[in-house]
Amino acid sequence: MRAEAVKFDNQMMEDPATKEKTGAKMLMECFLREGVDVVFGYPGGAVIPIYDALYEAPIHHIISRHEQGAIHAADGYARATGRVGVCIGTSGPGATNLVTGITNAFMDSIPLVVITGQVPTSLIGTDAFQEADITGITMPITKHNYLVQNVNDIPRIMKEAFYIARSGRPGPVVIDIPKDISYATGAFHYPDSIHLPSYQPTVEPNASQVSKVAMAISEAKKPIILAGGGVLSASAEHELLLFAEKLQIPVTTTLMGLGGFPAAHPLWLGMPGMHGTVTANRAIQNSDLLISLGARFDDRVTGNIERFAPNAKIVHIDIDPAELGKIINTQYPLVSDIKYALQKLIKMVKPTDTMGWVGQVLHWKKEKPLTFKDTNQQIKPQYVIQQISKITKGKAIISTDVGQHQMWAAQFYHFEKTRSMLTSGGLGTMGFGLPAAIGAQIGKPDQTVILISGDGSIQMNIQELATIAEQQLPIKIVILNNSFLGMVRQWQEIFHDKRYSSTPMKGPDFVKLADAYSILGLRATTKEMVRETLEKGFNHSGPVIMEFIVEKEENVLPFVPPGASLDEMIEEGQE
Amino acid sequence: MKHTLSIIVNNQAGVLTRIAGLFNRRGFNIDSITVGRTEEQGLSRMTIVVQGDQRLVEQVKKQLHKQIDVHKVMDITNEPMVARELIMIKVKASPTTLQEITNLIEPFRAAVIDVAHSTITIQATGNEEKLNAIIELLRPYGIKDLVRTGFAAIQRG
Ligand SMILES: Cc1ncc(C[n+]2csc(CCOP(=O)(O)OP(=O)(O)O)c2C)c(N)n1
Repeated sequence: MRAEAVKFDNQMMEDPATKEKTGAKMLMECFLREGVDVVFGYPGGAVIPIYDALYEAPIHHIISRHEQGAIHAADGYARATGRVGVCIGTSGPGATNLVTGITNAFMDSIPLVVITGQVPTSLIGTDAFQEADITGITMPITKHNYLVQNVNDIPRIMKEAFYIARSGRPGPVVIDIPKDISYATGAFHYPDSIHLPSYQPTVEPNASQVSKVAMAISEAKKPIILAGGGVLSASAEHELLLFAEKLQIPVTTTLMGLGGFPAAHPLWLGMPGMHGTVTANRAIQNSDLLISLGARFDDRVTGNIERFAPNAKIVHIDIDPAELGKIINTQYPLVSDIKYALQKLIKMVKPTDTMGWVGQVLHWKKEKPLTFKDTNQQIKPQYVIQQISKITKGKAIISTDVGQHQMWAAQFYHFEKTRSMLTSGGLGTMGFGLPAAIGAQIGKPDQTVILISGDGSIQMNIQELATIAEQQLPIKIVILNNSFLGMVRQWQEIFHDKRYSSTPMKGPDFVKLADAYSILGLRATTKEMVRETLEKGFNHSGPVIMEFIVEKEENVLPFVPPGASLDEMIEEGQE
Repeated sequence: MKHTLSIIVNNQAGVLTRIAGLFNRRGFNIDSITVGRTEEQGLSRMTIVVQGDQRLVEQVKKQLHKQIDVHKVMDITNEPMVARELIMIKVKASPTTLQEITNLIEPFRAAVIDVAHSTITIQATGNEEKLNAIIELLRPYGIKDLVRTGFAAIQRG
């Protein structure tokens, strides 16, 4: 095996006399043709030829400190920019370290192309050093994957991979490239078109089905729009706004849909579901027509599915036919890109009188805003987020980790802009936030990127502080330190009689840690200090960690306990 | 209820794993599965028999469709079709029962494909009902081994 590896390493990369390219150089050429100017990754033996080609390619490579950091960064980049994120990892442990990130992107339908190195073809199947069957491992967590067996296939596979990743319902595609294939040479032909007869996503809606939906909407008295991540992937935010305004239909956005409809809009009801607003949940339960746009009826949104929207007919518009009828029976299924569907519906639907209904819903909105018991001494985590929202006017890019802080960010930050909430929705991956913020800041260098994290989550990919320092990314890191794995503690409090098994958390001194990375570190311990800490942090030109020592046992409310229906919310003040 | 799905897939490494894995992780139970090349180059046909209600089968079909390597998914359960399976049964046989068994299988157009010292091996093809009938008839003699290929199905006309 060793002799084999040395042989490959010493092989000539390219014969300058011919037009032949190595597999690695073909890869670079494909990146350029797909408009890729930045990739995230981490080198290793099996990808040395690829890194050698990167060395002189006009492509910015961001080296992370762990492959999980690289892939979440590619994911954050994709979420913030709407482009395909690209990530590279080596064979074996490099590839397996990517698995959580691939699953995370798969669950949230984020377009990624992930390149993994593989042991040389001749060694595949021999349990060679750093061999892992990554195509086998990632079959259930990718939209598609490839094991390259011939260097001449690289251009076609790359073109297909980018197309598959971003078209239809987006998702991650893995390309596993054996080392000998990266070194092998062939003539480079980039195909003009894609030939995938078995993959033809439906984009335009069926006309007669659209008429039925239009009819149902014009007959509804109490319609509500449930907008999910599909609105963002289809870039249908503008159409959603026109549609809701023209027909005067209130809008609730799922965690993945936040920012897809401006929070300041009077028709916006907040997020529905387990930690949703009273208004959004009530409106769903009382509606007679629920129009789902690119949402997938996740159990965190619906609560008890049997008693979800009991009086409503369901219009379900999604680009993925498999979502229709998967969770909930649908009277009006429509397979379509959300943008096209809305464009058609805006033209066709006759506005009806929803004034009474909208009046009712707005009354709830006024009567039942999200609240928390504020104090004068202790810092309430919700207060910190409210202040961040005010200072940035809801226009920053917010990346979160997973836990209470994530839900508070979703509740108390008023997202005015699309693609500004980067959060792990489907998988709920602690450790997502910091690298995702890196990807977002790389993709959106002129925008303010803020990470809202907890003292637990931040420690899951904290090594990426080095990446931030190295790249001098001016990310504003907010740690809401409650000395607990707060969300788990909350469940232990409510369902397990406060038996806090393994949830008290000890962290490092985050201010000293910041210093160790040459990052500005600030700490606030009283409510008074919150505003000045935030202002100082936001005015600093470089990266900053702001640690807020918050109330330890604060709960996220409202709360629909698992298995309960959306009517059965535990609200603030009635715990 | 049992559904028979006829699926056209790319004849490529890993496709069987992809399809079988999909059934497994979505909690769909495969009753039987057969794979073979079609007359068209690069394509294979899978015949999968799956248990479940209409809604589950709808979901199975849609999930199969999402696979990039899947060209076509047809639920041919209620279509005019012919489904056949081949079975081989090794039964205990002594000189006294040998003729009896041979007579017994005759109406099924089954064939004796091996006779050994104390066993006889029979091959039969047919639909599920017929094959179950043969198996039940032979059971009293003592079945030593049973091999089933799973169903292959084709639409009529
Ligand atoms: C990788 C991973 N491991 C475990 C969990 C389970 N989990 C969900 S929330 C949570 C606590 C998060 O704590 P922290 O980051 O401090 O945030 P807080 O809830 O206190 O705001 C845990 C452990 C998870 N979501 N992801």
